[in-house]
Amino acid sequence: MSDLVVLRPEGLYCPAGDFHIDPWRPVERAVITHAHSDHARAGHRHYLAASPSAHVLRARLGEIRLQTLDYGAALDIGGVRVSLHPAGHVLGSAQVRLAHRGTVWVVSGDYKAAPGFAAEDATCAPFEPVRCDAFISESTFGLPVYRWQPQARIADEINAWWAGNADAGRASILYAYSFGKAQRILAMIDARIGPVYCHGATEAVNAAYRASGVALPPTLPAGAGVAADDRRRALVLAPPAAQGSAWARRFGEAADAFASGWMQLRGARRRQGVDRGFVLSDHADWPGLERAIAASGASRVILTHGQVAVMVRHLAAQGLDAQAFATEFAGEAGSAADAGAAAPGAAAGAPGAEVAAPASPAATAA
Amino acid sequence: MRRFARLFAALDASTATHAKLAALKAYLAEAAAADAAWAVYFLAGGTPRRTVPTRVLREAALAASGLPEWLFEECYQAVGDLAETIAHVLPAPAAEDDLGLAGWVEERLLPLRGQPAATVRERLIDHWRVLDWPGRFLLTKLIGGGFRVGVSRLLVIRALAEHAGVDATVVAQRMMGYTDTDALPTAERFARLIAAGTDGPVAAGAPYPFFLAHALADPAALGAVADWQVEWKYDGIRAQLVRRAGQAWIWSRGEELVTERFPEIAAAGARLPDGTVLDGEIVACTDGRRPAPFALLQKRIGRKTLTRRILAEAPAAFIAYDLLETGGSDRRTLPQHARRALLEATLAHAAGPGLLLAPVLDAADWAGCAALRAEARARGVEGLMLKERAGRYGTGRTREAGTWWKWKVDPYSIDCVLIYAQAGHGRRAGLYTDYTFAVWSDDAPERRLVPFAKAYSGLTDDEFRAVDAVIRRTTVEKFGPVRSVTPSLVFELGFEGIQASPRHKSGVAVRFPRMLRLRPDKKVEDADTLARLRELLAAGAPAAA
Ligand SMILES: [Zn+2]
Ligand SMILES: [Zn+2]
Repeated sequence: MSDLVVLRPEGLYCPAGDFHIDPWRPVERAVITHAHSDHARAGHRHYLAASPSAHVLRARLGEIRLQTLDYGAALDIGGVRVSLHPAGHVLGSAQVRLAHRGTVWVVSGDYKAAPGFAAEDATCAPFEPVRCDAFISESTFGLPVYRWQPQARIADEINAWWAGNADAGRASILYAYSFGKAQRILAMIDARIGPVYCHGATEAVNAAYRASGVALPPTLPAGAGVAADDRRRALVLAPPAAQGSAWARRFGEAADAFASGWMQLRGARRRQGVDRGFVLSDHADWPGLERAIAASGASRVILTHGQVAVMVRHLAAQGLDAQAFATEFAGEAGSAADAGAAAPGAAAGAPGAEVAAPASPAATAA
Repeated sequence: MRRFARLFAALDASTATHAKLAALKAYLAEAAAADAAWAVYFLAGGTPRRTVPTRVLREAALAASGLPEWLFEECYQAVGDLAETIAHVLPAPAAEDDLGLAGWVEERLLPLRGQPAATVRERLIDHWRVLDWPGRFLLTKLIGGGFRVGVSRLLVIRALAEHAGVDATVVAQRMMGYTDTDALPTAERFARLIAAGTDGPVAAGAPYPFFLAHALADPAALGAVADWQVEWKYDGIRAQLVRRAGQAWIWSRGEELVTERFPEIAAAGARLPDGTVLDGEIVACTDGRRPAPFALLQKRIGRKTLTRRILAEAPAAFIAYDLLETGGSDRRTLPQHARRALLEATLAHAAGPGLLLAPVLDAADWAGCAALRAEARARGVEGLMLKERAGRYGTGRTREAGTWWKWKVDPYSIDCVLIYAQAGHGRRAGLYTDYTFAVWSDDAPERRLVPFAKAYSGLTDDEFRAVDAVIRRTTVEKFGPVRSVTPSLVFELGFEGIQASPRHKSGVAVRFPRMLRLRPDKKVEDADTLARLRELLAAGAPAAA
């Protein structure tokens, strides 16, 4: 029996139905798991995505030929039964279920999976495990060092940090990816602490979320005028690219922080050069990956991006048929793009046996 | 323990000095004296002997985490720090306990030393079980001997001084020897650190805080050369020789008591009158007059026990260049020239084997100084020291009392090629920052790149990130933590010394290598050769070796 999804130069491809999933080159028909830029690219002729993602997709890609499908509803494409199921990653993110002649494959896209697949993130539907024969999974944080705290605890940390800064009379600039992470944070915070300002890039996505019916606290554009009194109690949400820019300096004396799964590691935290790191990710942590893979019941698992080699070896050791697809998906954006990840191009290979380091050359330095 | 773990996490997470100072003072205000005694000891750089070997630490972590060894290794490679890796992979704590830092160290950590590996493993797992993340990280750092925190000793002293309302220089004096390995911290010792009063009784052998020099690029701005005392800059171990109460003590700049390491200097110290403190440099000295290359001293430092043979091969001497105390009185406020006169008078009787007087050099003008400096390498010294004749002896890197400048000879430099890279640790964990460099062998046309040095400092964070990206792109092979790369980057590498070394493939060993700059303008083919290294070796071999 032939595979339902294969790797083509354009991206993941379903030969039986003749369509692509999150392709990185322009194609005729693309099924899109979610609106992040490494998964949803411009230039395809037809787009199919989950209904809740329509506003954000259009906000990002402009006018596209988009067909939407409710979570759980099915569509026949060339004899393949296609349905979309919540991935819990960001608003409208979906796993793509493909059923063909009694075989079921699932492409996860990006996902996060809290214990018990509980709904923590108020801005999107929680991950729904889907039984399948083959599961194509991300593995951005596929190392046992990545274990997330419950979201409520991170919310407490952020609120305490913000309130502390406000009491000391300085603004709190929190860098977070402008699509997904920022809105999740908005839904987590205690907006009574002070006014909330958002960078233009973030504010644009906020609008798309609100248009989709997601409740977010009131935000102000951090454009022109920010009153000095307001500034001192403000929380400012901005994309990581704004760090160190003239834009960030307009808030005067401010504390800054970065919210990302990479902040789990002290080294990454220090390289980020902010006062504080909050460990908050929209990707599954190590237990989340194990949980989702186990719940899929799949005997075959294909990893697409992140800690691919580690995950392949780990799953193979548990008797699963594990392999890798060398995709162009980027993992969690915004920082430490390659914090100890596998070597480029080494994605498909099993990790090499431990070889002794080359003989240490001359160095008498103390 | 929880309090100190929180302090450690705060110090570790923050980059701002005022925030660190505030955290230190908040800790001192609430900690019990016995706990604060240990906290100050660790923060000021005290390192109790390693209680648990890394191997046992790893075994315990593997057992507690249930991870296979290869997966633990992958984690370690991503994190770059063993204690942090362990803290991340342990299962959630079962309970927490309230034992203070002193209790943890004295009742739980120190007793681990010398226990059979199986016992240590069991106890470690028990200890981890009752600690949260910061506590586990701290504990593992402490027992693994890798405890370091981004706080200077000076900042700890400042926090203690502000906490106690005592002058910082007084606390600095009292802190001398506090982190000595042989005397463990106690509530009483801590109480003495912060006792009220301006000059509590200085322990009989205590040295003064060292006055440190600043690097000088060009002496032109220093005014008349006559205002400066010119000396050689020695390449040895900075130290104070203290003679009081019929006894001699030798303190290194790291405030380690090293008297037993240098018995010949201690013996020479016995010739000094009681109540004398000298500042100077410990060097190896084979002919009784001139310093031998540092490598000889290093060979001796590396030995655990001093044999008759090593004492004969690498005899040490103290080259005195300043006098801080005579007749039991503190002379640090006298001007440099007056201290020099006292030093000469004192050494007139006491100089001899193991104790030499540093000569003052004569130079009519700065050109004359530059000419002297040019001789430095041939004389086995690092350059010149310029000391303000009217200056007092300050504390640390202060300048208000008068300045000491070190005007070093330019380091050697060579253009070489990056061939291996290894991930950094600590602040640079996860980035490839430790590099192995190579030069071309001479046998054209089939010349090869021969590794000759490793370096991991000298670039800015941005440059490291850029190089890291190139390394990942050009990786050929991974050997554990090391990557070999397709040679593409040329660096100018600086180093302070060079010597022949048959143990190394290149035939030479270089001292203190560091990256001076990236040379994007140079092609790999343009890098230097082994022949060039040998030229430097021939030119730089100390005449009096
Ligand atoms: Zn995504
Ligand atoms: Zn992705």
